[in-house]
Amino acid sequence: MKVQDLIDSGEFAVVCQGEGAEREITKPFCCDLLSVAMGRAPAGCAWVTVMGNMNTLAVASLADAACIIMAEGASLDEMALKKAGQQDITVLSTEQPEFEAALAVWKRLQG
Amino acid sequence: MNDAIVLKYPISPDDFTRAGEASSDVKGKLKQLGVSPEAVRKVAIAMYEGEINMVIHAKGGEITVEITPERILMILADVGPGIPDVEKAMQAGYSTAPDEVRSLGFGAGMGLPNMKKYTDDMRIETELGVGTTITMEVRLG
Repeated sequence: MKVQDLIDSGEFAVVCQGEGAEREITKPFCCDLLSVAMGRAPAGCAWVTVMGNMNTLAVASLADAACIIMAEGASLDEMALKKAGQQDITVLSTEQPEFEAALAVWKRLQG
Repeated sequence: MNDAIVLKYPISPDDFTRAGEASSDVKGKLKQLGVSPEAVRKVAIAMYEGEINMVIHAKGGEITVEITPERILMILADVGPGIPDVEKAMQAGYSTAPDEVRSLGFGAGMGLPNMKKYTDDMRIETELGVGTTITMEVRLG
């Protein structure tokens, strides 16, 4: 499943659409501790988190996540939103808890 | 060694809004050079962890990156307080980061372990009150 497919599913609101919409999502990944996410986030993951600061975007970019999903209605702070636009990172959001959001991604990956 | 590409980045202390810019720049340049995605990811993660450590703990410093077809060398030199107990600092979960840093999602004590995990070689030279130099290598091919 590509990032674009996840966008088209309508399951999540689109906060910022970056480049890489044709990128394949490898798996969902849940984590709010950036230090842990940095070491553990799989390349190409859909990263589900409630942590929405500038550093979230840096970690997503450097760890090579396919997209970020803000769960629990969490939002990016103003600077992070600006950065997401500049760095072309796709950020989606949902009111669902992290597990349910990740499960939704996983179910779609199973086809 | 003559054809090494050398990049230098000054790192400002306490500036979390800019933390990661040096690592992002290196990531972009390595991609342009056609370095494998896996190696790019390893360098990006290891360098970012080091960069964050310099922002949190040191009073600034400089990162030098040397790129050859065989390997990528990262030298992170700071003029910070030094690491009192390197063995302890290398333990996953051990952290001396202040609360404000933890509230940003850092300070889980994973920085140095992640740097070791994602590089083929890592050396730490540190002296209390003088600074720390960490040299990391990611081999290519």
